[in-house]
Amino acid sequence: MQERLKELQTEALEKISTAADLKELNDIRVSYLGKKGPITEALKGMGKLSAEERPKMGALANEVRDSIAAGIEEKQKHLEEAAVQEKLAAEKIDVTLPGRPVKTGNHHPLTRIIEEIEDLFIGMGYTVAEGPEVEKDYYNFEALNLPKGHPARDMQDSFYITEEILLRTHTSPVQARTMEKHEGKGPVKIICPGKVYRRDNDDATHSHQFMQIEGLVVDENIRMTDLKGTLEVFAKKMFGEDREIRLRPSFFPFTEPSVEMDISCKICGGKGCSVCKGTGWIEILGAGMVHPNVLEMAGFDSKKYTGFAFGMGPERIAMLKYGVDDIRHFYTNDVRFLKQFSIHE
Amino acid sequence: MFVSYKWLQEYVDLSGVTPAELAEKITKSGIEVEGVEVLNEGIKGVVVGHVLEREQHPNADKLNKCLVDTGADEPVQIICGAPNVDKGQMVAVATVGAVLPGNFKIKRAKLRGEESNGMICSLQELGIESKLVAKEYSEGIYVFPGDVEVGQDAIVQLNRDDQVLELGLTPNRSDCLSMLGVAYEVAAILGREVKLPEPQVETTSEKASDYIDVQVEAKEDNPLYVAKVIKNVEVGPSPVWMQARLMAAGIRPHNNVVDVTNYILLEYGQPLHAFDYDRLGSKEILVRRAKDGEVIVTLDDAKRELTSDHLLITNGSEPIALAGVMGGANSEVQSDTKTVLIESAYFKGATVRKASKDHGLRSEASSRFEKGVDPNRVRDAAERAAQLLAEYAGGEVLEGSVEADSLQVEPAVVSVTLEKINRVLGTELSMKEVEEIFARLQFETAVDNDTITVTVPTRRGDITIEEDLIEEVGRLYGYDNLKSTLPVGASTPGHLTEYQNKRRLVRRYLEGAGLYQAVTYSLTNEAKATQYALEERKPVQLAMPMSEDRSLLRLSIVPQLLEVLKYNSARQNDSLAVYETGAVFLSNGDEELPEEREHLAGAVTGLWQSHPWQGEKKPVDFYVVKGILEGLFDKLGLSGKVAFRQIEKAGMHPGRTAEVLLSGNSVGFVGQVHPTVEKELDLKETYVFELSLKAILEAEVAPLQYEAIPRFPSITRDIALVVDNGAAAGELEAIIKEAGGKLLKDVHVFDLYEGEHMEPGKKSIAFSLKYFDPERTLTDEDVTKAHDKVLDAVKEKAGAVLRG
Repeated sequence: MQERLKELQTEALEKISTAADLKELNDIRVSYLGKKGPITEALKGMGKLSAEERPKMGALANEVRDSIAAGIEEKQKHLEEAAVQEKLAAEKIDVTLPGRPVKTGNHHPLTRIIEEIEDLFIGMGYTVAEGPEVEKDYYNFEALNLPKGHPARDMQDSFYITEEILLRTHTSPVQARTMEKHEGKGPVKIICPGKVYRRDNDDATHSHQFMQIEGLVVDENIRMTDLKGTLEVFAKKMFGEDREIRLRPSFFPFTEPSVEMDISCKICGGKGCSVCKGTGWIEILGAGMVHPNVLEMAGFDSKKYTGFAFGMGPERIAMLKYGVDDIRHFYTNDVRFLKQFSIHE
Repeated sequence: MFVSYKWLQEYVDLSGVTPAELAEKITKSGIEVEGVEVLNEGIKGVVVGHVLEREQHPNADKLNKCLVDTGADEPVQIICGAPNVDKGQMVAVATVGAVLPGNFKIKRAKLRGEESNGMICSLQELGIESKLVAKEYSEGIYVFPGDVEVGQDAIVQLNRDDQVLELGLTPNRSDCLSMLGVAYEVAAILGREVKLPEPQVETTSEKASDYIDVQVEAKEDNPLYVAKVIKNVEVGPSPVWMQARLMAAGIRPHNNVVDVTNYILLEYGQPLHAFDYDRLGSKEILVRRAKDGEVIVTLDDAKRELTSDHLLITNGSEPIALAGVMGGANSEVQSDTKTVLIESAYFKGATVRKASKDHGLRSEASSRFEKGVDPNRVRDAAERAAQLLAEYAGGEVLEGSVEADSLQVEPAVVSVTLEKINRVLGTELSMKEVEEIFARLQFETAVDNDTITVTVPTRRGDITIEEDLIEEVGRLYGYDNLKSTLPVGASTPGHLTEYQNKRRLVRRYLEGAGLYQAVTYSLTNEAKATQYALEERKPVQLAMPMSEDRSLLRLSIVPQLLEVLKYNSARQNDSLAVYETGAVFLSNGDEELPEEREHLAGAVTGLWQSHPWQGEKKPVDFYVVKGILEGLFDKLGLSGKVAFRQIEKAGMHPGRTAEVLLSGNSVGFVGQVHPTVEKELDLKETYVFELSLKAILEAEVAPLQYEAIPRFPSITRDIALVVDNGAAAGELEAIIKEAGGKLLKDVHVFDLYEGEHMEPGKKSIAFSLKYFDPERTLTDEDVTKAHDKVLDAVKEKAGAVLRG
């Protein structure tokens, strides 16, 4: 009996080791360890054994069983692992194939420029003021020291709707309106972005509709040096720390003194090139000290208050910053153009 | 204004300052020099030559064979095509080896078998614009009129060895529309003297007043009129240097009389007019307003009808000039003119502007009057003209001038304190420094303690208030010398308004959802202005549009976005999503400003999702766009207040368009563009939306409040309802929600079935209902109670049958 058991054990372990899959292994389990299996069969003769031998034989039978069960278990683990490996091998993919694109859009380059400027000035204590695009002649011109018949009105040929109403030619009327709301009390610190309109034929450098962004500070003791310092902060943030600025005297009816600001040309480093027309400088914006007539008309005492204002064109800034060569791109909305402004530098 | 460097030297010593340096200095102290043109740039080897012989080219009708002495050892043969070349002329010759503008190198050549050793030049070939070349030379070579010698540098003889500064003048600096004005400016910048011309004229015993009488009726339009008479004038070409200076300034030479008037215009900034005295038709000048309907034929031979807004120079009865704008044809100086009447006058700017605008005649003269001439130069200019006509047209100047003078000229006297100057500029200047600056400008000053009082010369009409003086100080002190500071004072919190913040949020959301921001024009044409408008209104119309396509303000943005899709679609981008935020304009009648309402619009066309190698290709449909909007409302805390209702709208697909309701009020629409419109624009299936952004952003939103995370499980029941084909899921959902009571936390559609296995005319909509009580675990009984109410309600209110 003992021999039979040993024999069965060897035979079963042999079969287990050659089992090819889980089913075969299961068959082995059933045939050897089942109630009608050969081990049970072999133990039928237990009754004939002496009382002394019986427990020994029982122990041996259990040992054989355990050994077969352990063999099966080990083999099963093995087969399962192999099956997993095989499955994973079959699941291998080409990781170089393109991923599923996430659909995104992005904001218009002009919005990008405007928000950048807004945020810069918000950080310096400004709020963002907006106003109507269709304006009264009074706010667009008269309140800005441009009475009817003023020669400088030539500079901004306008789209009139009636004699007294027109499409604003600049965002300056927002300044006039905001000052009026302050009822003669400072400080006023605003930045005004928005669309403006002029009678220009659309070409590479002109657009009948374009954007402007202006700033205004009115308070006691605002000096021209404050304007210079503020513009310097702006220019360096917008165009790079290495840029220099210069103020050139100029003329605007609503400021006195008036200046234009140039920044040093990045392309040639100030030596002179086609972008800066050989001057080494690029004109960025107009500015000046708020004209006393403008302050007075808006209800501020020009003896007590002074202020500065500046204005610029986001299109021009975008064109310089990104090298855009035609202003019409901003209004054609060619997606091949728009897409290029999704990157954050 | 174009300023010849050599000419300017007559008034200011420019030694040690190159044209480029001068340009830089002028720019930095107030007038932008937009460019410096080197007149003889790229020209080498052009000399004065003498045409010794000329004969017809043996093989070419239109060519001449010339023998020209250029000062070399031997005369050379040159073939010349100009019709006006002839024996005896002194001409400009580009010799072999010479270079002309455009890097054009002159080589020895054979023309139709004849050798040519150089080129006889026209002025155009020497780099002068055609429109500036005097008529007599415009079709051929240039011929020197006077004393030149063979072999001299022709460019020097033509006075083209010069540089021209182009000044970009702002409207306030019309004083620099004259060489004298520029001289004062440059003298102030360099700290040097100004040398003024001092006209000295010998006069005849005859008096101008014997020849002419001047009366001004319209004294306000013309407070000063000066007439001088010059007789025995010989009309001919003006001297080469004068022609050169005119051309450098952009004026074409004509004859000595006209050239002198233009020369004075440039030198003094005072426009003059020369009449042919013998053609005046009377001995009288009368200046008056025109009568309505009166007609003048101006010297461009145009017949011009006038109104009482226009100022006329007349001979007492007939008009002879449109004051300050253009002379009359009847009194024009001609080649046989003998006696010239020179008019130097002060005309009011607004009067001249009206006439030049009405008749479309803007000229060097009219623009100077419009900006205001210096009243103190009117007489000097007339004297100077008389002097030049005597010198260069052989004229005899009659004694005196005839004037009508009602002009009151008071120089402006302006005071400012040193404290104010320093306070505005942020400087620490001393009174001495300020006085020095005004001295450089040749302004008279008087100082009393802290106050400086400045008497401003009439040539600087732009200076009237203390800020103007501060600017003069600032610009001549130099803005480069200013410190950089930041405003000090009460600090102000910088921020966006709630509206501005939300608008940014809307933009970022839509961009994250896959839409590109577009910016389009507000002005559009009649059809597009009202198309897709949310509200029927008359659009706002421009009084004088530049084109029909930009004549009205938009009432909606969708038509502009469809244009954007069309543009891109025509360029191989037929799958695209864009949005725009911007104003639309609702008229409030002619007297009031229109209402400007900010809208949000979007347009999506073609494929929405595309991932070709995985076989995914999903075109946009209604639910894509609706989903974007639902997400937006969710983000803005409005989803509970928004509903979509089926509508029909012009230009939209009648079955695929919804009105968007916010708290029951219409705020816009979303849907498919009508297929005929899609076809017109050559677009694939396209969906659009337009909403009043103002209404959405200004809607009240409940403040954010934390809601406890559920501690008890929820129970979900699914139901499939069979309803009529036309039934709206939204309505069923509303009924379910109402009936479900407070235990029903969420309802959503999870299946829609139409077609086979359904009774004709019916469809099945399946809803998933989630019940939940924050206080306890629900029992089956609780849910069944609530759920039965739902089933009763849908049956009763919508005739819905539970699908078996």
